[in-house]
Amino acid sequence: MATPAFAQEAETPSEQNLDTVIDVPHGEPIEGATGHDPAAEQHGTEVGAGEHDTGVFPPFDPATFPSQLLWLAITFAALYLLMSKLALPRVGSIIAERKARLDADLAAADASRQKTDAAIAAYEAALAAAKSKAQGIATETRESIQVELAAKRQAVETDLAGRMSAAESRIAQTKAAALTQVDEIAATTAQTIVAQLVGEVVSPDSVRAAVAKVGKE
Amino acid sequence: MAGTDPIHQFVIEDIFPIATIGGDGTEGSGLHFAFTNSSLYMVLAVVVITGFLLLASSRRSIVPGRLQLLSEMLYEFIANMLRSSAGTEGMKFFPFVFSLFAFVLVGNLFGMFPYAFTFTSHIIVTFALAMLVISVVFIYGVVRHGFKFFKLFAPAGIPTPILFIVVPIEIVSFLSRPISLSVRLFGNILAGHITLKVFTGFVVTLGAAGFLGWMGAILPLFMGVALTALEFLVAAVQAYVFAVLTSMYLNDAVHPSH
Repeated sequence: MATPAFAQEAETPSEQNLDTVIDVPHGEPIEGATGHDPAAEQHGTEVGAGEHDTGVFPPFDPATFPSQLLWLAITFAALYLLMSKLALPRVGSIIAERKARLDADLAAADASRQKTDAAIAAYEAALAAAKSKAQGIATETRESIQVELAAKRQAVETDLAGRMSAAESRIAQTKAAALTQVDEIAATTAQTIVAQLVGEVVSPDSVRAAVAKVGKE
Repeated sequence: MAGTDPIHQFVIEDIFPIATIGGDGTEGSGLHFAFTNSSLYMVLAVVVITGFLLLASSRRSIVPGRLQLLSEMLYEFIANMLRSSAGTEGMKFFPFVFSLFAFVLVGNLFGMFPYAFTFTSHIIVTFALAMLVISVVFIYGVVRHGFKFFKLFAPAGIPTPILFIVVPIEIVSFLSRPISLSVRLFGNILAGHITLKVFTGFVVTLGAAGFLGWMGAILPLFMGVALTALEFLVAAVQAYVFAVLTSMYLNDAVHPSH
């Protein structure tokens, strides 16, 4: 069973391991190191008790410090250089590339959307213009038809009025002509009646005057 | 019985030694440098993080696959966190915060593999990282703002007599940041791993004791399962907390006047 012991801690190396102690650097497991206590191993939580009797807990063993510091410096410096010069710029560039690509795509999508919006707006404007134009045409047509209708109606009305007045004047003429003949008939009738009743022939002129005198009363 | 020893998992073992500087040639003297199991997992963490990110980003597709999405989520997660706490100016620290987060996260998650070594369970590692954060904050703050950086310790609009109380408190709080930052991570990972090992160790120990032992081992087994889930949560949360606090401290460096 190998029990690591630290030579520098073993203040009095036993004879059996003295040779090994000289050749082997500290920290190497040494066969047959002294102070092995099986009972202590059972309750090994006691610091250092299980491993060796010198009581130096490995993390607090200053003999190991130079090696650890040396290799920590070497490895951490190497890690820092590898990270800062190689690995992180690579990962970072991938992320930046993706971000640039996404931004460009989003910008393109945005531009397309704006174009679509503009097209929709143009379509709607054209539609509205066409609608208003159609409305204008309809109104114009209606108005022109109304004007035409009014003109025609007026012409017809004027025509009708002219005819009516002509007819009226004709009626008045006919009436006047008829009325003059009524006097003639009345005179003739009165002359005949006088001749029949009185048996005397009256002159047409006196009859006419009499009729006119009666007609005036 | 080393298999049930909860401390064994934190032992640092040399894989191959590199150099010993100073000292008198005997063991334990001078500064001993070696490639250890801890170092191995640090290197593995770097390899795994870098490999993952490069593999995930290799296809560079606009519509990401699962792996690429994961890497991008990590990236954006840390970037957003840093931006929200330290502003756009704080983004120059993004690689730093990301490296910290990834390093701690992967280090913590390595600990969830059996037999793996968890380098974040060592105070020296977490303390070094915390000191790095505070040094960056302090040096950047002073270089960027000069003396104005020290307004951080004297919030605006506070009457002069109270400043005598507030300024020491602010200074102590600033100085205790690396301690709290490092001990929080170290303590969580260490304690979690010890607890996990103790409970699962019970299962092994009791299991060796025959049928009654098996029955007795059921409870710690369930505890072990539950704790494993909890440890995954802790591993992620502690890495996140470390990164969030780093971002907030960096905010002080970028905008020192509260």
